[in-house]
Amino acid sequence: MGNMPLEPRIKYQEELDLGFGRSVVAHPGAEDLYRCIQCGTCSSTCPLVTYMEHTPRRIIAMTRAGLKNDVLKSNTIWLCSSCYSCTVACPKQIKITDVMYTLKREAIRSGVHADMPIPVLAGEFIKSVARTGRSNEMRIITATWLKTKPFELFKQAWMGLRLWLKGRLSFGLHRMSGDRRQIRKLLVAAGEQNLGPRGG
Amino acid sequence: MNIPLSTKKDEVRIGVYVCHCGMNIAGKVHIDALRDFAKTLPGVTISRDFKFMCSDSGQELLADDIKKHGVNRVVVASCSPLLHEGTFRGALVKAGLNPFFYQMANIREHVAWVTNDRDLATEKAKALIAGAVRRAARALALEKKRVNVQKDILIVGGGIAGIHAALNLAESGKHVYLVEREPTIGGHMAQFDKTFPTLDCAACILTPKMSAVKNHPNITLWTYSEVEEVSGFSGNFKVRVRRNPRYIKEELCVGCNECIDACVFKKGKTLDEFNVGLSQRKPIYSPFPQATPALVVIDPNSCLELMKGKCKKSCVDACERAAIDFEQQARIENIDVGAIILSTGFKTFDPTRIPEYGYGKYNNVYTTLEVERLVNASGPTQGELVLRDGSRPKSAAVIHCVGSRDRRYNPHCSSVCCMASLKIAHLIKERTGADVFNFYIDMRTPLKGYEEFYDQVLSEGVQFIRGRPAEVTDWALTPSEEGKLVVRVEDTLLGTPRRIPVDMVVLAVGLEAQADAEAVQRVFNISCSRDGFFLERHPKLGPVSTFSDGIFLAGACQGPKDIPATVAQAGAAAAEALCMVDKGYVEIEPNTAWINADECSGCKTCIPLCPFRAISRDEQRKVAVINEALCKGCGTCVGACPSGAAQQNLFTNEQIYEEIEGVLSYV
Amino acid sequence: MHYLYYPGCSLKATGRPYEESLLAVMRELGVDVEELADWSCCGATTYMGVDENQAFALAARNLALAERNCSDGCANLMAPCNACYLVLNKAKHYVAEYPEVRERVTGALKSIDLNYRGDVAVRHPLDIITNDIGLEAVGKHVKRPLTGLKVACYYGCQIVRPYSTFDNQYNPTSMDELLRALGAEVVEWPLKTRCCGGALTGTVPNTGQRLSYFLLKEARRAGASLVATCCPLCQHNLECYQDEIEHDFAEHGQPAVAYFTQLMGLAMGLRPAELGLQRMLTPVQRVALQATGSES
Repeated sequence: MGNMPLEPRIKYQEELDLGFGRSVVAHPGAEDLYRCIQCGTCSSTCPLVTYMEHTPRRIIAMTRAGLKNDVLKSNTIWLCSSCYSCTVACPKQIKITDVMYTLKREAIRSGVHADMPIPVLAGEFIKSVARTGRSNEMRIITATWLKTKPFELFKQAWMGLRLWLKGRLSFGLHRMSGDRRQIRKLLVAAGEQNLGPRGG
Repeated sequence: MNIPLSTKKDEVRIGVYVCHCGMNIAGKVHIDALRDFAKTLPGVTISRDFKFMCSDSGQELLADDIKKHGVNRVVVASCSPLLHEGTFRGALVKAGLNPFFYQMANIREHVAWVTNDRDLATEKAKALIAGAVRRAARALALEKKRVNVQKDILIVGGGIAGIHAALNLAESGKHVYLVEREPTIGGHMAQFDKTFPTLDCAACILTPKMSAVKNHPNITLWTYSEVEEVSGFSGNFKVRVRRNPRYIKEELCVGCNECIDACVFKKGKTLDEFNVGLSQRKPIYSPFPQATPALVVIDPNSCLELMKGKCKKSCVDACERAAIDFEQQARIENIDVGAIILSTGFKTFDPTRIPEYGYGKYNNVYTTLEVERLVNASGPTQGELVLRDGSRPKSAAVIHCVGSRDRRYNPHCSSVCCMASLKIAHLIKERTGADVFNFYIDMRTPLKGYEEFYDQVLSEGVQFIRGRPAEVTDWALTPSEEGKLVVRVEDTLLGTPRRIPVDMVVLAVGLEAQADAEAVQRVFNISCSRDGFFLERHPKLGPVSTFSDGIFLAGACQGPKDIPATVAQAGAAAAEALCMVDKGYVEIEPNTAWINADECSGCKTCIPLCPFRAISRDEQRKVAVINEALCKGCGTCVGACPSGAAQQNLFTNEQIYEEIEGVLSYV
Repeated sequence: MHYLYYPGCSLKATGRPYEESLLAVMRELGVDVEELADWSCCGATTYMGVDENQAFALAARNLALAERNCSDGCANLMAPCNACYLVLNKAKHYVAEYPEVRERVTGALKSIDLNYRGDVAVRHPLDIITNDIGLEAVGKHVKRPLTGLKVACYYGCQIVRPYSTFDNQYNPTSMDELLRALGAEVVEWPLKTRCCGGALTGTVPNTGQRLSYFLLKEARRAGASLVATCCPLCQHNLECYQDEIEHDFAEHGQPAVAYFTQLMGLAMGLRPAELGLQRMLTPVQRVALQATGSES
C-alpha cells in the first residue's frame, strides 16, 4: 500500500493568471473565446480528443479561469492537427483552431510546453524557411528526431530510403529561385510589429 | 381643418422645471446653473428645480404654478418623452391647461447619460432648454380626436392561444371571428400526446375548449381560411378573409367519414401533415378524430377529380347526405373589426439543416414532434413505439438544443425543449423500458412543477449526460456499435469523450417563427424582431401589444413559450383587446399632417410617399387630402411638399425653426 | 484562362507524383498553367504555431507575387496542396477581416517592395477541373475508362473546412463526380473528410497513424481497392505507414493510394511515367489496370 502523498487541489485566486484569458482573446481569431458555453461539441468532434489530457472544451475553461501553466503544459495543443472540425461545429462560432494556434505560440514563446517533438519541429521549420524560403521536409524531420528521439530516425529510415529511391526525397536543399534575403527581411518586418491588445 | 393661429408672444408665460431625477441628472449636470439660466430666457416667468418631477408632488407643483401664477406654457427638462410626456400632459389637463402647451427637454438620455463631463453636460442642457422654451412659446392648443371603435374582434390562428382568447372574449359578450388556416383548430397542442409537467393528455384538456369554441354563439369559426388583406386603422379595421373551398357542403356534412373509406385511393399517398409525415392520408380526409369542425376536406393537390377531372367519384356515391361539391369556389368575406389578435403559432426547426445529426439520412432519427405522434394512441402506429424499420427501441438518445442556442441557425433558446425532452425521455422509458440518454448543455426547468419533473425523470433512471453531441453516426468502432446509431459526445461533467450506441435518436428541435411570418407581418403592418417572431411593444411592460395600435399578440408567434405562458398571454391579449373595444373609442394623437388646400398645387408628390396610404386626391378640387385617422405623423409629406402646403400639427415649421434658433442662439 | 501554379514545398519532394500527374493532365487538357516564379513556403500549419504575423506575411508574399503577374482581378492561383490552399485562403480572409492583420502584412510586404490588393483567387485543382474545365470536357479526353475500378474519394479536411467555396462542407462530391466521369465506380464511405492525422503521423505516430488506419480500413470495408486523394500530406499518410498500420492494428490487404490526377492521367491514356506512377509505394498502377482489365 505505501504512503500516497495527498496533494491539496484547491485553487486560490492568487495562483491563477487572471490576465491570461484576456491576452488570448486579444489575438485575431480568438476574439469570441468568452462566448463559450462549455457545450463540449468541439471535444466530441475532435478526431484526436481521445489522446488529449484535457479536452478542447476544458482547455478553453482553463484558459478563461487563468490556469496558464496547466494549459501551456498540456499535450492538447500539440495534438491539434488543424482539421478545423471544432471551428465548424461550434454553436458559438468560436474559432477554436485559432485559439489552439494562439496557445501554441504562447507556449513556444514562454518556453513552457509539454515534452513533445512538435515544438522542436516548429523551430526547425522556421529555420529552414528563413534560410531557404522553403521547408525542406527531409532536413526538418531529421533535425527534429536528432534533437528529440534519435531512435525514431531508425524506425523511419526504411520508409525514408524507399521514398528516396522513388525520387520523392532529396537530401539536397530546395531553395526559392529569387533572392532569399527577401524572406528574412519580410520575416523581420512582420515580426517586429507589436500586437497591441484588442478590446478585453 | 382650420389653419391654427399663432399665439401672440406677450400672452405667453412659460414655467421651466429642471428635474434632478434623483442623482440620475443631478449627478451629471449643474442643476442650479440650469435653473438660473432658464430664468433669463424670453417668456419665462418661473424657473424651478425639483427632485422628481414625475412624482405626485412634482405634478402638484406644476398645477400650483398654473393656477396661482398664471403659467400657461410648461417646459420640463427631464427624461424621455416616451417615458413621461403622457404624465406631464396629464398634469396640465388636471390643472385646466391644454396638454399640448407642454414641451419636454430631454436632459437625461441626451445629456446626463451620454457624458461624464459635468460642464459640457450643463452647456448642452442649456442649449436644449433654450430650444424647448422658444418652441413652447409657439405651442398651439390642440385636441385629441376621438374615433368610434368597431365592436367585433378578429383572432388569427386557432391554436390554444387563439382558442383561449376567443372563449374569453366571447364570454364577455363580444363577437369574435376566429380564422384558422388549417381545416381544424387545435394547432400544435392537438399533436401532443401528453403535456408537461403533469403529463395530462393533451387532447383531453384541449378538445373541450375546441368544442366550446365550436358551440359558442358569439364565435364565428372560419377554418381552412386565411386573412388576405387588412386596411383601416386602430379600432376600425377592414379585413378581407378568403375561405378556401373544402369541396364539402359544410351545412350537410356530419363527419361520418364514409366518403374517406370509399375513396378510390385504397391507401393514402400524400404525407399526412398532422402526423408530421410519418403516415399517409388520402386526398379526402379529416385531420384527426377530434378535428373541429368535424368536417371532411378534399385536398385539390392530390384529388384525381380536382386535378384531372377523371375519377369515378365513389365518395359522392358513399355520401348519404350529398354533401360533396366539386364545384365549390373560394368565398371572400369582408368584415369590420375593432381589434385583431394574432396567434399564429410557430414552426419547428428543420433538422436536415444539421447534417451531422443524420435526420433524413438514418431511419431511426426523429424529432420530438414526430415521437409525440408515435406514442399517441391516434397516431400512425396507434401509440406503439415502433421505429421506421419495425423494431422497438431498447435504447434511445434525446438530444437537446437542436437548432437553438446556435449562432449558425437560431441564437435564441427555445424555452420548451428541455421540458419536452424530459417528457419524451419519460414516455420512451415508460412505453418500452429502454435505456434513455438525454444529452443537454444546460437544464432549463424554471416554472411551476418543472424542476420537480426533472427530479422525477432523474429518479426513473433516465441517464443525463452534459454535453452537446457532435455527431450521430452509423460508423461502428466496436462490435457492440454495429447496426446502431452512435452518439459522439464529450461527457463534460466527467471530462471525457464518449460514444453511446442507441437504437433511436430523438432531436429536440427548437421553435422558430412560421415560414410566412414576414408576409403576415406585412399584411398586418407590424414588426418582427431579429429572431423572426412578431415584435411586442415593450419586452417587459408591453408583451401583448404591438406598435400598431389595435393589433395584439398571443402565444408562440411572439416568441417561444410553453402552454401555460401561452394561455396567460392569450388572456392578457383578450383583456387588452376588450379594453379597447369596450372603451368604445380611440383617441388620436394630434400630430397629424394636414394640407392647406389654398397652397396645394395638386402635384401629387406626397401621395405615393405616404407609408400609411393616408393621402388621397380630391379629384374635384384637384388637391391632396389627408385622412387624419390614418395619418401617423411621420412628416414625410411635409418634408416633400414643394409648396409648403403640407404642414404638421405639433411640428409646425414655425415651432421647429424656433427650437433650432433657441439651440443655436445659445451654442 | 491562365492559371498561376503554386506547388508548395511538398509537391517538389514527397508530393512529386502529384505535380507530375497534375501538370501532365493540365497539358493534355490544353490548360495554360505557369509556375509562379520565385514562390516561397506558405508557412503551412507549422508557422502559425510560432508567429502569426510572420505566418500571414509569408502566405501573403505569394498572393502579392501572383497579383503582380496580372492586373486587377484576373489572377488565378492554383494550389494543389490542401494545406497551402487553406493557408493562402485564410491569409486572404484574415487580411480582409482584421485591420491589424492587414496593417502588419501590408507593412511587411512593403519592406520587400510588394503590394497586396486582395483580388487574387486561390483555387484548388478539383475546383478548376470540375467548374472551369467541366466534366464534359474531361470526358471527351477519356480514352481508357476506369470501368471496374472501385475507388474511395478522400478529400481531407482543409479544402472543406473552415471555408468550403466549391463543394459541400459535410459531403463533398466534386472528386466523386470527376472519377465517375472517368468511368470508375466510386464507393460511398463515411470518412470522406475525416482528418488523416496530418503531421502527427510522423511526430506522434500512435495518434496520427490510428487516424490513417481508420481511413484505410473503412475504404476497404466499403469495397474500394484504391483511395484517391488530393493532398500530398494525406496521400503520404495513407501510403507510407501501411506497414506500421498492418503491424499495429493487424489490418491486412490495404488499398492502394493515388492522387486523383494520376487516375485522370490513366483514363486519358497518358504514359504511367508521366504520371509519377513509378514513384508510388503502393501498387497503384497494377491495381488500376487490373481492375479495368487492361494489363499493360
